[in-house]
Amino acid sequence: MTTAHEPTIPPPRRLRPWNAVERRLARVGITGRMLVLVAPVLWLLVFFLVPLLVVFGISLATKQFGRPPYSALLSTEEGTVQLTLHLSNYIRLFTDNLYVAAYLSSIRIAAIATIITLIIGYPMAYAIARSSDRWRNILLMLVILPFFTSFLLRVYALTGFMRGNGVINQFLALFGIEPLVMMQTDFAVYVGIVYTYLPFMILPLYTTLVKLDVSLFEASADLGARPARTFLSVTLPLSMPGIIAGSMLVFIPAIGEFVIPSLLGGPGTLMIGRVLWDEFFTNTNWPRAAAVAMAMLVVVVVPIMLLQRAQSAVVEK
Amino acid sequence: MRRGWFLPIAAALGFSFLYAPIISLVIFSFNESKLVTVWSGFSTKWYGELFSDPQLLGAAWLSLQIAALSASIALVLGTLAAVALVRFRRFKGRTLFSGMVSAPLVMPDVITGLALLLLFVAMESTLGWPRGRGMLTIVIAHATFCTAYVCVVVQSRLSDFDRSLEEAAMDLGASPLRTFFDITLPIIAPALVSGWLLGFTLSLDDLVIASFVSGPGSSTLPMVIFSKVKLGVSPDVNALATIIIGIVALGVLAATILQLRSRPKKARA
Amino acid sequence: MAKKPQLAVDTRPWRDPKAKPFVRIRNVTKKFGDVTAVNDVSLDIYKSELFCLLGGSGSGKSTLLRMLAGFEQPTSGTIEIDGQDMTHVEPYNRPVNMMFQSYALFPHMNVEQNIAYGLKRDHMPKAEIAARVAELLALVKLQDYGKRKPHQLSGGQRQRVALARALAKRPKLLLLDEPLGALDKKLREETQFELVKIQESLGVTFIVVTHDQEEAMTLATRIGVMNQGEIAMIGEPTDIYEFPNSKFVANFIGSANMVEGVVTEDEPDHVRIRSAELGCDIYVGHGVDCAPDQILWWAIRPEKMHVSRDKPEGQFGANVTKGMVEDIAYLGDMSLYQVALDSGKRVRVSQTNSIRGNPDAITWDEVVYVSWADNAGSVLTV
Repeated sequence: MTTAHEPTIPPPRRLRPWNAVERRLARVGITGRMLVLVAPVLWLLVFFLVPLLVVFGISLATKQFGRPPYSALLSTEEGTVQLTLHLSNYIRLFTDNLYVAAYLSSIRIAAIATIITLIIGYPMAYAIARSSDRWRNILLMLVILPFFTSFLLRVYALTGFMRGNGVINQFLALFGIEPLVMMQTDFAVYVGIVYTYLPFMILPLYTTLVKLDVSLFEASADLGARPARTFLSVTLPLSMPGIIAGSMLVFIPAIGEFVIPSLLGGPGTLMIGRVLWDEFFTNTNWPRAAAVAMAMLVVVVVPIMLLQRAQSAVVEK
Repeated sequence: MRRGWFLPIAAALGFSFLYAPIISLVIFSFNESKLVTVWSGFSTKWYGELFSDPQLLGAAWLSLQIAALSASIALVLGTLAAVALVRFRRFKGRTLFSGMVSAPLVMPDVITGLALLLLFVAMESTLGWPRGRGMLTIVIAHATFCTAYVCVVVQSRLSDFDRSLEEAAMDLGASPLRTFFDITLPIIAPALVSGWLLGFTLSLDDLVIASFVSGPGSSTLPMVIFSKVKLGVSPDVNALATIIIGIVALGVLAATILQLRSRPKKARA
Repeated sequence: MAKKPQLAVDTRPWRDPKAKPFVRIRNVTKKFGDVTAVNDVSLDIYKSELFCLLGGSGSGKSTLLRMLAGFEQPTSGTIEIDGQDMTHVEPYNRPVNMMFQSYALFPHMNVEQNIAYGLKRDHMPKAEIAARVAELLALVKLQDYGKRKPHQLSGGQRQRVALARALAKRPKLLLLDEPLGALDKKLREETQFELVKIQESLGVTFIVVTHDQEEAMTLATRIGVMNQGEIAMIGEPTDIYEFPNSKFVANFIGSANMVEGVVTEDEPDHVRIRSAELGCDIYVGHGVDCAPDQILWWAIRPEKMHVSRDKPEGQFGANVTKGMVEDIAYLGDMSLYQVALDSGKRVRVSQTNSIRGNPDAITWDEVVYVSWADNAGSVLTV
């Protein structure tokens, strides 16, 4: 090796243009961090947080004719600024049976559908987590694929499946079974929610299950637990964060679901998303719709917080 | 451990539940008859009909533009947000920021749609912008919720990113900005691609939010499909669905291969 | 071992009080929140040294290295390299390069691009870059691997690419974070010598962080032992092993038998220590800075003691004790005896197995005498 050389002092560094820019910005108190943050923060403030405040504001107004079709909260009368708040929309929410029933029925439908999704999704996630590496990637892709195909078109595909002369009834007819009425029932709504949200359940479940060490099950079996016992005392508790995350990912959007009840449900299927839609588009009562939205937000806040906690647990493990 | 029969059977049933309706939809798109459920011979006439429907084609073109635009905006915003969340451990308002980033993921569509519409109306009456509603307002709305998805995808890639790679680049004389473009960006590129694709498909898919914030004359593809479907089954929707599913399947396949290619390297390193 | 030429006195500038240090760390403290990772460390490192920072996890050695590289800013204190204050210079403006523990090879660049990366940042002409890359590939014997991506290389090859990349800019100072930590034992031993050879031929100053004391012993001209954010001892490998300055260093480096005792004679040329644990007096053949009746510790390495069946003649009525062989670990080249003394104290003594298959070897439950020379142990006051 003849590459012996004295450590040389490197040539003076050329000042790069952004160094100068950086320094100038730093002088007025702007750091690189702020430049990274400014765009997403501004965007989310203006287009996410402020709109929610606007909704809250308008929920305190009343419907009126004109543009915009709601009363102004602030008005100037004889030189003084007046703030007029109407609680009538909220009072209506609690006194009108339609709204109360819609909320309760939304929660019921979303909860039942979530449980069914969990029951179907858990074994699937478990099977994927336990399959060989090669199969695992293929199966995971098969779970993700429907998630990317149009939600609307998948609901539409279900109508073709469940309608009076649909695939299921034709199949049943082969055995001489009378056609079932499935469309425009709550049953169809359950199927719709389970069908469209199943991937949301499977993915977080899979994420927690795949991280469970096989030796845990072996240890449990070695200590004398039968498979069912192992499942109940080892697998199930350890996959709890995944269960919560998956359930909330199904439950929260299902509560506000509009497309599924309106395409699959019957006129009797009351769901709050649909009520809000009708209030807005059919009755053009914007303040009432805003109040319905605020109340819906209150319903989903607790599940959202549950979800956030479960998700950080899923990620950390 | 003994391999049970329960799991494979449950998985097989689950997957057939996921795919049977889609497959039947694809099959019946090639059906001769207008009756979507009774097979009466192979035909591609519904595809022909699809491509001669100007309303549908116009809506599709509008939706594609909106999806590309909003996915691109979301890519920039979501990546910046992810960088901030992963790299800046502590800053003022971090909790609020991370809440704002992830809340659109689970916010019911009807609330998001209504809220944005009310904002746009209020802005128009006070600021005079945006003038009316149409493509611009849909793009803004879609970019907002796509940002959340891009952020999640990029965040997960960034958080298992070996920081010493960036330190090595700086150690060799690259400034932080240079390091970002030379090292960070190429390595997280697969996540950026899948984030963009995710945003693109989500935007293409959205019915509810677009219905709120669109104006007259700016009907997106899902809005047109929805109004058709509400009236009953129409085989040209089957044809359209088949095309979309085909494209998406190819896209997801490509994205998965990209992701898989970038992962094992890291696992072995 | 492989550093014979360096042992000449003229290559040991740290022994020359007039020598100018190349790296000067002065009173450096680094706090992360409430945790003090590095506490008031001062350290001089000389040109062409191969200095090892040795310590357990959490000892602050890596933090100190990262401050030298510029990835962390000291909370207080200064770092000077070649006479220039580098304390607050950005990592990309320092004449210092680092070899990372994980190697941190850019996965999307091939070997040549990885090595050339730093040179490109200096806007070196293309032809020169190519020449330098070729030279470095030859140096680490990877001439045929230039077009490979990091994931197509073995662990040892990656380690060499990382070294070549870190050397490419001809840094004044090279920092190596556990450079051999990810290699298996056999490869590690080979690479140690390789690393020393490269360092000597280039004359670059190396600072190596390691938790492996054997590695530090093999590589280093000097070792800085770190404990809880502080430098416990600085010295040549022999100093650290043979003349530890504290109980911590004696226990941390190699293994040592440690006993407590009381000074009974304190003379300029010797001291006598009474140890109840040993069951005998310890006669130390040199003066020790201590007071009569002071309680202190005496540490001795297992190979510095001797076991025998017959009572050897002790020196000055000391340095011999008696016990029973409780356990023997046969290690091939030597055997390690665990002897239980009458006080219940257990000492470990190692003996070279110089006779093949010795049928007369000392065995379990035998009563043996343990003895040592008057300069075999270290007297420790802290």
